[in-house]
This record gives sequence, C-alpha cells and structure tokens, in this order.
Amino acid sequence: MITILETSALNTVQDLGRPGYRNLGVGTSGAMDALALQVGNILLGNQINDACIELQTYPFVLRFDAPATFAVTGIDAAIELDGRTVLPWMVETAAPGQVLRVGPPKSGARGYICLAGGIEVPVVLGSRSTQLRGSFGGLDGRPLEAGDTLKTTGAALDVAGYGALPPAAALDAVVAAEDSKIIHLRAMPATDYALFTPESQQRLWDTAWRITPQSNRVGYRLSGAPLELRHRVELRSYGVIAGIVQVPPAGEPIVQLADANTVGGYPRIATVIEADLWRLAQARIGMRIRLHECSFTEGVAAMQPINTYLDDLRMMVARYRSSARCRAGMKSGAKA
Amino acid sequence: MNTDIKNNVARDTAAAPAISMIGTRAMLFEAPGDFTMAHQRRVWALMDAAGARPDVQELIPGVTNLMLIFSAPPDSPQAVADWLCHAWNTLPERHIEGRLFEIGVRYGGALGEDLAAVCAHSGLSAREVIFIHHGSEYTVCAIGSAPGFGYLHGLDPRIATPRKTVPSLNMQAGTVIIGGMQAGISALTGPNGWNSIGFTDLRVFDPHKQPPALFAVGDRIRFYPESIEL
Repeated sequence: MITILETSALNTVQDLGRPGYRNLGVGTSGAMDALALQVGNILLGNQINDACIELQTYPFVLRFDAPATFAVTGIDAAIELDGRTVLPWMVETAAPGQVLRVGPPKSGARGYICLAGGIEVPVVLGSRSTQLRGSFGGLDGRPLEAGDTLKTTGAALDVAGYGALPPAAALDAVVAAEDSKIIHLRAMPATDYALFTPESQQRLWDTAWRITPQSNRVGYRLSGAPLELRHRVELRSYGVIAGIVQVPPAGEPIVQLADANTVGGYPRIATVIEADLWRLAQARIGMRIRLHECSFTEGVAAMQPINTYLDDLRMMVARYRSSARCRAGMKSGAKA
Repeated sequence: MNTDIKNNVARDTAAAPAISMIGTRAMLFEAPGDFTMAHQRRVWALMDAAGARPDVQELIPGVTNLMLIFSAPPDSPQAVADWLCHAWNTLPERHIEGRLFEIGVRYGGALGEDLAAVCAHSGLSAREVIFIHHGSEYTVCAIGSAPGFGYLHGLDPRIATPRKTVPSLNMQAGTVIIGGMQAGISALTGPNGWNSIGFTDLRVFDPHKQPPALFAVGDRIRFYPESIEL
C-alpha cells in the first residue's frame, strides 16, 4: 500500500485507457504519454497495461507502507527517496515508511510513478483509468488527494538499479530540435483540410503554435494567426480521437487528447500521428509546436522505431535481471 | 454540450460518400446529402457490417457518418474504403426495433429555467411548449458527447431553439433539454449550453451496470408531464 502525503490538482490513476465504449459516449482516458507508462511497466516486469499515477502538478509526495519497487518515467525531475536522489527512468526499491518526493520537472510535463505489480483500483468498463468527466474509474473517479491510500498488488522485485534510456534521447524527432522550446510533430491532413484557404493550409505547417494555458488532458488549445475556411461550414457530429486537430470558428486550433469528447462538430484540418502523441503529452504550456505534414505510409512507418525501442528494452531488462541474479547466486525467478 | 447535431445542413450534395483517414488508425465515412432518418438507418446498417470486420476495434456512429477505429493501421486504406462504399450502396436500411421509454418530466421551475427562452424564441406560451414537447415521439439517433448522452431526433421544429451563447455552469444530470433541432436528457452535472425546460430523476449512465448506457441507438422516447411549475 502507498499513502499520498502531498499532491495538488489533477494527478490521477491511469492505465493505457478504456477503448471500446466510445459508441456510448465514454472517452478512452488513459495515460497521456502512453510510451512512458509502457517503459515503466516493462522495466518493472508488469503487464503492459498496469496502472500508474500520472502526475501533472508538483511536488507530489507519497509514502511506501510496504516494500515496493518503482520507477518514475516521463519527466526529468528532482526525485528523492527519503532525501536521497533517485534518477528518473530507473528502477528503485523502497523500504516500508520511505517517502518518495517528485519535484517539478526540468524537462517534460507529465510524470508516471509506476510500481511493480501496478496500482490496484477496481476495473470499471475494462480499465483502471480515471474518467474525470464521468466520475468513475481510478480512485473513486476523482483526482488523488493528500491522505488517499492506494493498494499495490506486486511484491518488491529482487533486482533494481537498472533503467531505460528516455525516449526523447533514444528516438529521433522529425526535425532535430534547435530550440528546446519548439516541439516538432508530424501530422496528416484530415477530412476538412481542403476546406481551408491555401494560405491557411500553408500557415498550419509554417506557424510555431503556442500552447495556451487552456490546455489539459482534454486537449491543447493553440495560439497563432487564425486559420480561415474558404466558406463557412456546419458539420454534423462525428467521432473524435486523440490527435485530431480541430479548428473552431475563431480559427485557433485545438488538438484533442486523452480525455477528449467522443464526438465533435468543428472542422478537422489534421491529425497528429500516434507515434508523436507522447511528445505532445510532454510539451508544456507556453512552449510552441510545429506541425510537419506526413503521409499515411510515413505515419505507419513512424511507429517502427517506437516498437523497436520497446522490444529492445524488454530484451535488455530480461538480460540484466538474469545477469544480476546469476551474480548474486539467486535462482531464476526467485523473489527477494 | 460542447457539440451539436447539425441537422438539415447541405454540406455535401455529391452523390458519393466522403471517406477520409483520421491519423493512421481511424477512418471516417460520411454519407452524402442531407440528414434524413433513412440515411441514419443506412449508417446503422453500415455500423453492423463494419462491426463484424476483424480489423475494427471500435466504431463511433455519428450523425450520418461512422468512424472506424482499427486495432492496427490497415494495410490498404483504399481497400477498406472500397468495402465501405460497396456496403453503403448495397445494404438495406437497418430498422432498429428499439425499446420504448416513457419518461416523466417535471417541467419548468428552477431546473427548467430556460423554458422562458424557448417561449421567447418560439413565440409560444409555456404550456404550448410543454404540450408540443411531450406530444412527439423521439428516436435516439446517436450516443456521445458525454457518457450515455442520447441525441434525440424528432423535436417539433416549432420549439427548436438555438443553444445558449452563455452556457449554464452547473446544469444537473437529468435535465430535459433542447439544443437546436435536438432534444436530450443531460447525462452529467456540469456546464451545458442547451436550453433546460424540465427535469427527470432518470440517470442515463451507470458504469457499474451492463450495459452502462440506458439508451441504445434506435430506442424511442416519449415524455409525459409529471408536474408543471410555471
């Protein structure tokens, strides 16, 4: 069990989401940076879909009430276990009573506290993710509060002290970042792209869109010179997925994300490809994003480096763990 | 609601459906022409057929459109598009023999405070608006926007009222509402731009029930006045 000692708004329990109920108006929720959660789960030998704590506000402080092995992924931040520095993206074991403190990120926006065995909250409609709008899933359908306790199913692992190269270091962006305040993302033109003026189409790709403070798990509102339609259109309600870039009448785009509504009615100009959504999840308010046009084929191919990265990580974790056990004279699979 | 069903809009008068990719794992099928229930029934038929495809993970039926979400990017989007067009052109309308819900409404009062706005817009008295509202039978056209929220088709055009420019900040779940040409029952307590005319104790979504949504597309709804407070 763990106890939350200090938290502010909007930190929630999330897994990889709740697909399958969008036809009933239930959005998927799930970790905004699904890659960071998968890395955490692979490091800890978890099921790939095990639940974690997603951090959006800091500092966050918890106490381990039982021995536990954990990794904090997603961000680079000052992380301390009883005052001792712990590196992000690394596997550590805590003793009962030890306190983990995650400070504000130096880079990235969303941190993932992953525990061996995962966070145990009831599965609702196939997922442990918090559905904030519907007030279900996660811990009683709400953000975490100081004093909350969360059950963990796993025992501490017998081997720790290894980790992952962060995706931002391992995976190349579409354009090498010359300015760390600009995030480069690939996007495919969507249904209504042709309805925009040629100047606006060009402006979509040329603008360094600023991420406004009206940005959260539902979506990011971007700021820049407005995009204009050739003529006004009224669309009928249609399905929405994470990554879709809509343009409301005022002309400044919105990128829909994990907590997006299931249907929408604004013109759709583009879709950020799945392979780059984790970069967007780690982009902070005030930063800028540049969209780079890509084809369906390029969008599909972009998943390959991510899959290879995760496969390599699985292999590395298995090798490190068996090597560490051999050196310690442990039997394979033995628990500490 | 943030979104609205946009009826009677001639966006695309071409005879052919429009099909587009939304990223690498979703495809949107849009029926040509105006909104009609006949087209909606053909979309429901398409939804049924698409649901049997092994590559489809999820379907989001919209208003005369359908989004397919694939478990992996399709090898050939064109092949899927061709399949959709063929299915659209050959499948008969799907008439769903939906269940009939009879729902008691407490009209007016604090929980139906926009009744006056509907009267002002329609030029009708409150009693006339209420009489017209419960005089129609509605069909659940689509579910979305919020968990379990049903877009109801069948509102009498005389009481159609545009959404509010300033949404109510804390509308109660169970509020009976009008948004443009649509009717509905709010699914969640929270901000809502539709016009409230009454209230029902019915809850349209319970994540712990199976199925969690009270309504399914094709269900029919009749309202009756439980009380009227003017």
